[in-house]
Amino acid sequence: MKSKACLFFLLPVLILIIVFVVYPILGTIGLSFLSPEGKFVGFQNYVNVLTSDETINLKRFPFKHPPWGTLIHNAVWITIHLPLSLVLGLFFAVVLKGVKGSSVIKSLIFLGMVTPMVVGGWLVRFMFDKNLGIVNLFLRLAGLTYLADKTWTMWPQLALLATILGAVWMWTGFSMVIYSAALATIPKEYYEAADIDGASTFQKFFYITLPLLKPATIVIVVMSILEELKIFDLVFVATMGGPGSASNVLALQMYLKAFKYFEANEAAAIAVILALLTIFPALYVVKSMVGKQ
Amino acid sequence: MNVKTKKFIYNACLTIITWSLGILWTAPFIGILMISVRPMEEIMHGWWNLEHISFTISNFLDAWSGRGGSYPLYIGVKNSILIASLSTIVPLIVSALAAYAFARLSFPLRNLLFLTITLLMGIPAQIIAIPLFKLMNNLRLVNTYLGLVLVHSAWGAPWIILFLRNYFMSLPKEIEEAAKVDGASDVQVFSQIVLPLAKPALLSVIALQFTWVWNDFFFALLLIMTPSNYVATQCLAFLKGKYHVPWGLIGAGTIITMAVPVALYFALQRYYIRGMIGWVVKG
Repeated sequence: MKSKACLFFLLPVLILIIVFVVYPILGTIGLSFLSPEGKFVGFQNYVNVLTSDETINLKRFPFKHPPWGTLIHNAVWITIHLPLSLVLGLFFAVVLKGVKGSSVIKSLIFLGMVTPMVVGGWLVRFMFDKNLGIVNLFLRLAGLTYLADKTWTMWPQLALLATILGAVWMWTGFSMVIYSAALATIPKEYYEAADIDGASTFQKFFYITLPLLKPATIVIVVMSILEELKIFDLVFVATMGGPGSASNVLALQMYLKAFKYFEANEAAAIAVILALLTIFPALYVVKSMVGKQ
Repeated sequence: MNVKTKKFIYNACLTIITWSLGILWTAPFIGILMISVRPMEEIMHGWWNLEHISFTISNFLDAWSGRGGSYPLYIGVKNSILIASLSTIVPLIVSALAAYAFARLSFPLRNLLFLTITLLMGIPAQIIAIPLFKLMNNLRLVNTYLGLVLVHSAWGAPWIILFLRNYFMSLPKEIEEAAKVDGASDVQVFSQIVLPLAKPALLSVIALQFTWVWNDFFFALLLIMTPSNYVATQCLAFLKGKYHVPWGLIGAGTIITMAVPVALYFALQRYYIRGMIGWVVKG
């Protein structure tokens, strides 16, 4: 009777997950070790992918402009996107804490998190457009006409940066919301005690606020790395990885290889590499959420 | 100047600066709204030029009905509503059942199974793409609503299970135990006691899952090829002009596609944020 009840609760979801998630994962892993003719080739597909200029191009990186290869592009994504979204999110969370109507501003900033990434892709093109772009407008006002007179998403030098900055703009709401929630849990008494001891605003920030925000920071870091590795829609719409793969990323490279060039085996190898990269942050999330219960 | 005035001025400055920053932050959205409601000649040299302002809804009408080279969004929106609703209800039901089992029942391999399922939460969709397409093709489910709904349900299940399991575990056990003493079965306890108590968590799941499915592009790209079955994000992504970028159409399409998740966000804001914070911070 007991085991029957368990089956009733678990079976539907297990069938769904096994058929539509687990089986395809195993299938992809299998494909990545086969040749197009179906022969076992060991790690050959991985070697092909990782030695290809499409994935890692050390002839160009770092002294010439992109394309640098998708794996390096994803690394650049993390290097630029992660610190910027942490700093901006923290900035907004701290500054908005005591401001009138801050919940309205927060909602507006959070709008990017609610918006489809396909829209994000168009907005990146729009923001960095030479005629219509707000970024280009400010660059022009600052006298940087060289940068302002180009549509960034069509310019190999800056297409990658444009997509990354666009995503920073879209996702700052996430770190802001997490930091705001964490700030609200810091007891007022800490600051009052610091006031009595004559601590300055900066001292309070660096010795009280920042250390207590460490758990929130770790969560944002991990979640952001996951999203930065998996970025797809935004790049698909904004640049399609171009011009000349100057803004291509692993997820898009995999899709194009599999469904445009029909090289399923190498595409599968890319998918496995991407999944392995996400495993470590994912493991952390799972560990922290499954938690102490 | 006394301390009070100083503080007042400081606060006023801070308010003005942060409000300006907040508005500047939303400038791209304001811009996209501008290009969608103003004729092209007016915005050609910047949507921020406000000397001549006239309004038109023709972009919205064109984007909606598919004139001017776009895929008709009324079809995309209809498909998206259908798919996102089903892809919210189905995984919610099956995952809630599983979450209850993981929270309250004991069975062999429970922890291992739970860990495996939650590990699936972070993986990229690309890792299932090729075999999934082949499978769907063999099942004749390519280009169907059912195919996409099944995939979204399976894909969303892990995080819903984790989120609801954590919530169920935070509920007081005593009520459930009392009901069991009175002879209620596990199914009765689940449906009549646990589910009603979990309403806030269920609303969080609905808000987040619906939004994620609505916003999805990759699975739709993979499984839907017929334009009449396109979801809204596909219609928008494939929008193209003949000679130049049709910004007016794109602006209108963007706003139409955004409108549903944004409306849902404002309607369920509390649950939305709580769900988001809950599933990342709790533990």
